[in-house]
Amino acid sequence: MSMVAEKPQLLEPEHPIAPYLRMDRIPHIWCPTCGIGTVVKCYATALADTGIDCDKVSIVSGIGCTGRVAGYMKLDAFHTTHGRAIPFATGIKLGRPELLVTVFSGDGDLSGIGGNHFIHAARRNIDLLVILVNNFIYGMTGGQNAPTTPLTAKSSTMPYGNFERPFNLPHLAASSGAGYVARWTCLHIRRLKNAFAEAIQRKGFRFIEVIAPCSTLYARHNKLGTGLNLMQFYHDNAEIRHGEDTRNVAIGFQEKIICGKFRDEETPTFREMMDSHYRTILGDKYLPMPPEGGMIHE
Amino acid sequence: MKTDSKGVLEGVHFLDGDFACGEGAMAAGCRFVAGYPITPSTEVVERISRRFPMMGGTFIQMEDELASMAAVVGASWTGTKSMTVTSGPGFSLMMENIGLAAMMETPCVVVNVQRGGPPTGLPTMVGQADMMQARWGSHGDYELIAMCPQSPQESFDLMIDAFNLSEEYRLPVLFMMDECVGHMTEKVVIPPAEEIEIRPRVLTKTPPGEFLPYRVNGTSIPEFARAGDGYRFHSTGLTHDERGYPVMSEEVQEQCVRRLVDKIRNNAERIVRFEEDGVDDAEVVVVAYGITARVAREAVDLARAKGVKAGMMRLVIVWPFPEKRIQALAKKIKAFVVPEVNYGQIVFEVERCAYAQAKAIPCPHGGGGVHDPEKICKTILEAAK
Repeated sequence: MSMVAEKPQLLEPEHPIAPYLRMDRIPHIWCPTCGIGTVVKCYATALADTGIDCDKVSIVSGIGCTGRVAGYMKLDAFHTTHGRAIPFATGIKLGRPELLVTVFSGDGDLSGIGGNHFIHAARRNIDLLVILVNNFIYGMTGGQNAPTTPLTAKSSTMPYGNFERPFNLPHLAASSGAGYVARWTCLHIRRLKNAFAEAIQRKGFRFIEVIAPCSTLYARHNKLGTGLNLMQFYHDNAEIRHGEDTRNVAIGFQEKIICGKFRDEETPTFREMMDSHYRTILGDKYLPMPPEGGMIHE
Repeated sequence: MKTDSKGVLEGVHFLDGDFACGEGAMAAGCRFVAGYPITPSTEVVERISRRFPMMGGTFIQMEDELASMAAVVGASWTGTKSMTVTSGPGFSLMMENIGLAAMMETPCVVVNVQRGGPPTGLPTMVGQADMMQARWGSHGDYELIAMCPQSPQESFDLMIDAFNLSEEYRLPVLFMMDECVGHMTEKVVIPPAEEIEIRPRVLTKTPPGEFLPYRVNGTSIPEFARAGDGYRFHSTGLTHDERGYPVMSEEVQEQCVRRLVDKIRNNAERIVRFEEDGVDDAEVVVVAYGITARVAREAVDLARAKGVKAGMMRLVIVWPFPEKRIQALAKKIKAFVVPEVNYGQIVFEVERCAYAQAKAIPCPHGGGGVHDPEKICKTILEAAK
C-alpha cells in the first residue's frame, strides 16, 4: 500500500454561462476585441436570469460573423442560408407554437440580403426575438460596405468613403410594426442583458440592435484604433434616451449613438390574429394547430 | 400508419390537378404550407388555405419564394410535415434553400407546376423545361427525388408517396407537375383515411445525452430529433460531422456529401418508378412523363397502326433515373424517342443510359402547348427505319 498522497486535483470552476454554450466548440472563430462574444454572454445570462426552459428555445442564425452565434449556443440551433434566418425561424415558430424562437444575426444578413424578410416579419408581428449585431460592415467576407455603414466611413468596397445612405434600423423596425424596439452597445452589458431578459418575456416581433466593434476591419479601414478604443468611443458618445422617437436615432460616422428602449407596446401576434379571426368566422369548425406542432407521429 | 382523417376529403370529385395536389398533401398529413402566389400553381395553396383552418394546419403567404422555402425547412424541423408550391420563377428562387434542406436532411415537398420559360416565359401556358433544374438546380452535389404526375388523380395519389419518400430519405421531394395537368379537370377518387398509408415522422428514441444528429449506424439515414424536445442539437448548411458541427476538410466533405448522394444512388433501384406498355416486342420505345406521356400514348397507337412496333415507357419518378431499365431496353430496341415540352433535357439522360446501343431521338416542343401526336408518330416512324 502506497503511503504517497495523491496529488490533489485543482477544481476548475465552470464559467456561469458554460451550460448555455457548446463548450466543445470553444475557442470560437471571432477576432480578439470583437463585440459578438459579449452579446452572446448577455443573451446567455438573460436566459439564465429568466429561468426559461431552454429545451423549448430555438436559435436561428444566417451567415456572417454573427451568423456563427447559433453554432455556439447549447440550444436547438440552426445555421441557415444567408439572409433567411427570419423566414426559417418563422417556420419553426408556426410549426411548433410553444417554442421561444430567437434570431441572432448580423446587420448585413438581416437588413441587407434579408431586409425584405425583416420588414415583413415585423409587419405580421411574428413572435420572434430578433437580435441584430451591427458592426457597420460585412465582416466575414472582408469588410465590404453594408446597408448600415455610416456616411463617409470607409470600407473595402467604398475605399474613398461611403456615399450611400445607411438604414436607421430601429426606425425601420418600428415603422414596420415591431412592438419592442431597443438599441444598446456592447459596452452596456447590464442594460443589454436586461433588455434581452425583458424581450424574452414579451411576445410578438421584438427587435434589439447591438452596436459592436469590428476592430479587424471597420476600425482598421477607418483608423479608429482597437476594440478598446471603440469601447471608449461608446462610453463617451452613447446617450441613453428611452422612448426617443426612432426618427431621431440614425447613426452618423463617429457621431453620437442614441441608445435605449424606444418602443415597448404589445400588439396581437400573427398567430393570435389568426386564431381570433378564424374563431370569429369559423366558430367551432376552427381547429388551431396544437402548441406542440401539427405532427402525425408514431 | 393510417393518416389523420381530418385531412381526407373522401369521395368522388371533379377536380383540377392543382386542387387534387392540394388534397393529396392534406391527406398525406401536411400541416404547414408556406407559399407565394404564382401562376399556374396558385390554386394549390388556395385550396389548402380554405381547408387548413379546419384540420389544425397553418398556411402563411410569405413575402417571396426564398422565404417560403426557408420557412418550410424551419417548420419541418418541428416535426410538422411541410410543403411549398410554386412555378418556374419561384422554383429558381427556392434553389438555395432546397440545397439547405438537402444538406440538413430535412423532409419536405416542393411542388413546381411547370410553365414555359426562361424567366417569365409563358406564365399561363405549359412547359416541362425545369427537369434538369430539379436534378441539380441548387449549387453543390446532392441527389433528390422528383416525380411527374400525368393526371389530377395521380396528382393526388403521388402526393402521398411524395411525402412518404421525403420522410423515408429525409430530403425534399420535388413534385414536378405541368400547367396542363395542373389545370386539367377530371374525376378524382379520394379513398377513406383508413386506406391511406403514411409514413410518420419517426423521432429518435436515443436519449439527448447520447444523440448525435448526423450519426448513421450502418444505415444511410440518420435519426431525427425535432426542435423543442430537449436534444439541443445543431444543424447547419456548412459541411458537418456527425455532431452537426462545421468541419472544413476534404475528409468530412467526403463523408458528409458522399452520403447525401449515396443515399439516393444506392437506393435508386428501390425508388425508381415507371410504367411500360407494349415494350416487349418493341423496336422503338417512347419515353415520356407528365402531360406528354398522355399525348405520346396516342402517337404510339398511330405508329402501331402503321405497322411500326412502338412501345411506351412513362416515367413516374424521373429522379433518380431508371438507368438500369433503359440500359436493358437499349440492348434490344433500335431507338428511343423522347418527346418533352423543352428543347431536350431527359433525352440526354436516356442517351447516356442507352450508351450507343440504341439511338435516343429528341422530339422537342418549345412550350405553350403540347405535341401534336402526329409529330411524335413521325419521329417514331423515322426512328424505326
